[in-house]
Amino acid sequence: MSEVLHTYVEALRSKNAGWVLEIIEAHGEVSVVVPREAIADACGFLREEHGFDMLVDLCGADRGPEEEPRFVVNYHLFSTKHHNRIRLKVRLSEDDPHVESVTRVWKTANWHERETFDLFGVIFDGHPDLRRILLPSDFDGHALRKDYPLRGYEPYSLN
Amino acid sequence: MGLENTLFESLPDVVTVRLDALVNWARKSSLWPATFGLACCAIEMMNTVSARNDLSRFGAETFRASPRQADVMIVSGRVARKMAPVLRRIYDQMPEPKWVISMGACATSGGVFDNYAIVQGVDKIVPVDIYIPGCPPRPEMLVHAIMMLQDKIMKESVKDRRDTFEPESRISRVPGTLPVTEGTALEREMEARVENEDAPQPYTVPARHERRRSS
Repeated sequence: MSEVLHTYVEALRSKNAGWVLEIIEAHGEVSVVVPREAIADACGFLREEHGFDMLVDLCGADRGPEEEPRFVVNYHLFSTKHHNRIRLKVRLSEDDPHVESVTRVWKTANWHERETFDLFGVIFDGHPDLRRILLPSDFDGHALRKDYPLRGYEPYSLN
Repeated sequence: MGLENTLFESLPDVVTVRLDALVNWARKSSLWPATFGLACCAIEMMNTVSARNDLSRFGAETFRASPRQADVMIVSGRVARKMAPVLRRIYDQMPEPKWVISMGACATSGGVFDNYAIVQGVDKIVPVDIYIPGCPPRPEMLVHAIMMLQDKIMKESVKDRRDTFEPESRISRVPGTLPVTEGTALEREMEARVENEDAPQPYTVPARHERRRSS
């Protein structure tokens, strides 16, 4: 299984050697860590050339306020023609959590990136409409960060 | 009911007792709920109105989709903070007399969700008449709650002014938002006045059955 996926990794590497920073392999799944400037190009390349036409999920992860880089954005890709899955990861630090948006590659990334922005504060450059989607629009803070308290900062008061 | 309220205060009690019984019987026997099924408790509410536990036996014949035509709002499910102003707005759109049943643990107290996103009890937003515990409560529990509400309605009196509001509600506010009650300067001032025994009236919102002026 992962031999097929390694061909995609080799294709990425042969297209641009700087695209593959690290390969993580476990349980038959392959994840590729991509530098953040290259993520949109890498996604476009995988979609056009190798048939990864479905972005299954785009989610963020917070490794904790002491970790550096702090945020990880995961891109789960699926190929409906070949039934292959691959994961791309982008690591972002807290002082500069910007990454290019992949909405030009898959339209579904629109809402997923809005969710990641809403809950983690990762800013997607080039996103057509980056605003909060799950939390109220006047909410203060990003709720799924590890240093955000579970119960929030104040009990619910009317208005 | 404004004119009748003022008239009835001068009538002898024997007349108003009869009228009470009639009016309350009419109100309790045809309680039309407004659908406010938010989450999983809504499934149990659907069960309650379906054939096995039939809620229309108790007068809840139709669940009106429009709050303007509804009597009781059954808040079934967890209320997110984002949804809270919407809930308040729907409650405000219901004409008097209106009651609220808070169904399930999440509507009563936040349930299992003690976090930043869920309001810890819908009574922080609307005044609640009947609370139903459970996650989810069985349909028979919702039927029992409707019956309890009917008993509660029978104890009301026509002489209670339903259409008056507490003075704080007369303040105009932006529609769709919720009235401020906590942490405001008004509350601090009122608490200071209560401490100095200077308050003209208690700073609480009496529940509907506590607002009765008849004995």
